[in-house]
Amino acid sequence: VGDGESTLAVGFTAEPKNFDFTTTDGSAIPQALLYNVYEGLVKLDANGEIVPLLAESWTTSPDRTVYDFQLHEGVTFSNGDEFTAEDVKFSLERVTSEWAISLKSKMDVVERVEVVDPTHARVVLSRPSNSWLFDLTGRVGAMFSPTGVDDLANDPVGTGPYDVADRRRGDSISLQRRTGYWGSDPAYETVILTYFQNPTAMNNALLSNGIDVISSITAPYAIPQFEADTRFNVLQGTTNGEVVLSYNNARPPLDDPKVRRALTLAIDREALLATAWAGRGTLIGSMVPRTDPWYEDLSDYYPHDPERARQLLAEAGQQDLNLRLRVPNLPYAMSSAQVVASELDKVGVTVTIEPLDFPAVWLQQVFNGHDYDMSIVQHVEARDITTFGDSDYYWGYDNPRVREMLAEADVAAMEQQIERMREVARTITEDAAANWLFLFPNVVAAKKSVTGLPRNQVSESFDLTGLGRAES
Amino acid sequence: MILPILRRTAIFVVSVLVASVVVFLFMAVLPGDPAQVALGVNATPELVAQTRQEFGLNRPLVTQYLDWMGGILSGDFGRSYVTKEPIGPQLIDRLGVTLWLVGGAMLVALLISVPLGTIAAVRHRRPSGAVVSGVSQLGMAVPAFLAGILLVQVFAIQLGWLPSGGWTPPVRDPVEWLYGLILPVLSLGLVQGAVVTRYVRSSVLDVLSEDYLRTARSKGLRPGQALVRHGLRNAAVPVVTVLGLQLATLLVGAVVVERVFVLPGLGSMLLDSVSSRDLLAVQGIVLVLVVGVLLVNFLVDVLYAVLDPRLRRS
Repeated sequence: VGDGESTLAVGFTAEPKNFDFTTTDGSAIPQALLYNVYEGLVKLDANGEIVPLLAESWTTSPDRTVYDFQLHEGVTFSNGDEFTAEDVKFSLERVTSEWAISLKSKMDVVERVEVVDPTHARVVLSRPSNSWLFDLTGRVGAMFSPTGVDDLANDPVGTGPYDVADRRRGDSISLQRRTGYWGSDPAYETVILTYFQNPTAMNNALLSNGIDVISSITAPYAIPQFEADTRFNVLQGTTNGEVVLSYNNARPPLDDPKVRRALTLAIDREALLATAWAGRGTLIGSMVPRTDPWYEDLSDYYPHDPERARQLLAEAGQQDLNLRLRVPNLPYAMSSAQVVASELDKVGVTVTIEPLDFPAVWLQQVFNGHDYDMSIVQHVEARDITTFGDSDYYWGYDNPRVREMLAEADVAAMEQQIERMREVARTITEDAAANWLFLFPNVVAAKKSVTGLPRNQVSESFDLTGLGRAES
Repeated sequence: MILPILRRTAIFVVSVLVASVVVFLFMAVLPGDPAQVALGVNATPELVAQTRQEFGLNRPLVTQYLDWMGGILSGDFGRSYVTKEPIGPQLIDRLGVTLWLVGGAMLVALLISVPLGTIAAVRHRRPSGAVVSGVSQLGMAVPAFLAGILLVQVFAIQLGWLPSGGWTPPVRDPVEWLYGLILPVLSLGLVQGAVVTRYVRSSVLDVLSEDYLRTARSKGLRPGQALVRHGLRNAAVPVVTVLGLQLATLLVGAVVVERVFVLPGLGSMLLDSVSSRDLLAVQGIVLVLVVGVLLVNFLVDVLYAVLDPRLRRS
């Protein structure tokens, strides 16, 4: 595609509305810019491990509140300015002072940032926090230059290997490999990120040589046609996206754990996955994706058992239950909702499906208004199991023990952290705080000439730096 | 001549004002909070409130409306909540794409319908006329998006002759631009062509049975000559009316076709803006569309007078 061997065109679904992820939320901007245009001190690799990026290395004090980052030398921003410890201080402090999205709270734990010398930055935390270093791998960890933040919405200035060369709104963004990048140059000189609101159009573009890569296939029925075609490679991995049948834990009748367990037992999740998403994706059973360190297979915790479900409902004194299932008008949610309704019908629960315009109406009524019995939505944020520690979250789940364990896990040493997080996952599963239907798959289709594509989508970025070209 | 034009201008202005109020009120009652959508799922209530304040959403509706209309009158469509950029230049950009699409489709429709419709009328008792008539009937039943999908399947995927979608600005690469425009224009234009063929056919049929045509024949003109010299102009009046009305259909069709072919036109901007509750952008786009349709109606009225001197007096 395009002119020359060194151009790559990648298809995406969600287009960045602007380039400023400090004031505009959503996954589209970091997906395009993080690791490619902006870099942080650390990054998340395809296996979900934290690895060095702008920091060559770092050490932690014994009480794990002081981080000393040794920075790479000779790093420059795309505007020519040198990257030093001053920029680390500027960028981390700017999150709290200037950022407008709620993710800024991830930096609340930072007490101060010190410039020890130009290549040595020290961060002092008010308490130990495991999630803080992890969050640094995301957009809140991106490094900015004081001279490069005047027009973030249109002109991003970062230390990454690419610079935004052109943008055609409603169509594409061109990234150009820049000269003077501190690391090794990426294989493709130009990468065109092309945006398709319509999955069929994206599939057609790959089939007709309009693009080289589909970043994530969002229509499962289309996958076999690429698998059968010898021109393409299809990679299937995982994401952080748990598709959750949420229960309104705060409101009768779903405030009764017996009812929630009954509903969970009544639904055959394997059949649901087969019908709703062509069997792609994996069953999980709790709010933990497979790539997290504390993953444990809990998918059999509530095996499909309609008989037991009926029994539990009778014990809870619930006959002729009538529940409102208010779902986003998105394909995965709509098709899952149909299966949920028919499965629950078999145990005598009547379900009314109400599709809501997403995101606007769903956010307003379900997420903020808590006006629902059940909903189905994909929760894409990394490590979002912590939402079960927030009793104001739309789950309405209020369990002091879970809150305690989450707090302990954040300050604990690694092994204890994993132990605590497993306990949290098991507790919310035991409580049937929600029904984790399946983990969304990451299916990438690409021309055979493109190598190095990540199988899993676990970071906020679509990392272009590891891509390569096969000799042909 | 002056009075009717003044009257029409007054009607035009009032229609635009009414439309602007309707659009504004509709967006105001649409569920969903623009600030919340812009900030996403993790936003705290304080942040949402602060952003609402920044967007000016806490002001009384009347103030918001007057502020918006005042801006429009001085050519300022406001700043998008989502892209943080002025809406006006974006509108013009997107409008360009849609105009190429709609204009091209209209041209294709005319190129198809005028000859075919005339043939179908002149030969309406012969098999060839019936075939044209039948095919156009079939064409009318095909929605533009289906035509688009079928065309992509054949010409982009199977044959690989044309791109399956995307937009290249004509100034960047005129050849690529033309290639990219062929399939979308055809999918919109072929279906329109079928619709208009029906009207041309019935309009020509009406003219064929007129006395003046028989008179022309009796003066020695051959059927074709008589039709061209005396018939087509009369047949054109109802066809122009239909073309004006079809323009609204074409614009709606363009919204869908832009989706199928990933064209950054006004239609896809409208859908995006509605879903992100970018109220000012939606209002601006709809207003532009309304003005466009009203303008076309105005032009159609003027065209009547050109085509048929009898209508100038009424």
